[in-house]
Amino acid sequence: MPVPVVDTNVYLSRWPFRRLPCDDTPGLVAKLKSAGVQRAIAGSFDALLHRDIEGINRRLAEECKAHGAGMLMPAGCLNPAIPDWKEDLRRCQETHAMRVIRLHPNYHGYTLEDSSALELLAEASKRKLLVQIACEMEDERTQHPMVRTAAVNPAPLFALPNGGGRVQLLNHRGPVKGKSVWIDIAMTEGVHGIQRQLQAAGDGRVVFGSYFPFFYLESALLKLTESGQTESGIARANALRMLEEPR
Amino acid sequence: MTIWDLHCHPASFGGRTPEEAMAETIRLCDVMGIERVCVYLSTLAHADPTPAQFRQHNDYILRCVGHFAHRAFGFAYVNPNYAAESVEEINRCVRDGPMVGIKLWVARRCSDSVIDPIIQRAAALNAVIFQHTWSKTNGNLPGESTPEDMAALAARHPRTPIICGHTGGNWERGIRVIRPYANVYADLAGSDPTAGFTEMAVRELGVSRIIYGSDTGGRSFSSQLAKVHGARIPEGAKRAIFSENLKRLIKVKG
Ligand SMILES: [Zn+2]
Repeated sequence: MPVPVVDTNVYLSRWPFRRLPCDDTPGLVAKLKSAGVQRAIAGSFDALLHRDIEGINRRLAEECKAHGAGMLMPAGCLNPAIPDWKEDLRRCQETHAMRVIRLHPNYHGYTLEDSSALELLAEASKRKLLVQIACEMEDERTQHPMVRTAAVNPAPLFALPNGGGRVQLLNHRGPVKGKSVWIDIAMTEGVHGIQRQLQAAGDGRVVFGSYFPFFYLESALLKLTESGQTESGIARANALRMLEEPR
Repeated sequence: MTIWDLHCHPASFGGRTPEEAMAETIRLCDVMGIERVCVYLSTLAHADPTPAQFRQHNDYILRCVGHFAHRAFGFAYVNPNYAAESVEEINRCVRDGPMVGIKLWVARRCSDSVIDPIIQRAAALNAVIFQHTWSKTNGNLPGESTPEDMAALAARHPRTPIICGHTGGNWERGIRVIRPYANVYADLAGSDPTAGFTEMAVRELGVSRIIYGSDTGGRSFSSQLAKVHGARIPEGAKRAIFSENLKRLIKVKG
């Protein structure tokens, strides 16, 4: 199977509605390594429903350090719909040395048009952080009947002068219209789906992301084979460019 | 490992003709290591097709399997709302033609006994019976079967093997519902590659009642193959799910 340099979309801790194979950090790291993945950007499933944001981020940073085998980059969680999120943002960068934050607007009850979200994007951009926006976490048709939420609409981002800063969409199902964002392939579906995504977003903007361990890791890996992209930017250079690292 | 794909819609692979669409289907099957595919429906139009419409779908599929008989099996699309015409169509496509199964979709819930002549005719011809099911958190279509509808159908035809398409989508629920019915098979196709699906199906149903399928082109082969390649189950279970169980139903030598 092809070997991506960076998996931009993995999660630690526990999915609230099911135990997953590899939902322990050593197990997750071992599986990523066995597939040849060299690094991964890890958020926390706790971000969906917990409200002690600093507690989540502290555990995430410690877990990456303790069990990440040097390959996990923590993506801190933020919620602009609760008070004093700027302090959480400051701590992400200054206390936990995070370079990435990950948002879950549809679990926190805001849209990308809300002023707090726009302010957050501006602040993160000032701090030169990469912002990952999880567009959905689970198909609406299979969500828990008491905890339902519709997918995030990313369109408002494309209307912003700078595209909202350095932004990556995770778990977006269809091709995106804007060319200012990065996008992962975890939920890209259909025959020729990756090719459609490349056409819509541009060759340089599509990056590898698996949504492991919620999804089987093999799903995203096989997509590289199916689309003939095993040696392309998706698997290699694009993620490094997104992270502003030398290629 | 030999892989047969239970669930594929070639028309969504592009091409101007069934032959061109199938050529692209088979090209991707080769890339992904799939030996044979079961094909049905020409488009995803006609949720409640008239006899003229389902014949048109099946004419398309006859052209698909005509040119790729060594790689593809056809299933005839039929509709319980036209039971007599559906039986005639099964005769045309399966008894007198090359098809090996039938596809039932969302025209009418399969718990309704109007479907019985179709099931009986298919069973008499040893045709594989594929019934779509979903159990959507946000609501099913009016004629869309749930796994509970499947259970009612299976109870009326206890000796007829029937495939529970998508295992209801909400698989933790669907697996439970079909568990008591030994004649019902779980189809893995057409939902997100959520980890744990295949493992739970193996645990609750046993390896011999689970069948891999993709539901391409609405899905990729990759996301669906991953459900088996990525599952923490023995290699023997993967072989059963990837081809052996389907081979037993289709009753041909691989
Ligand atoms: Zn289908």
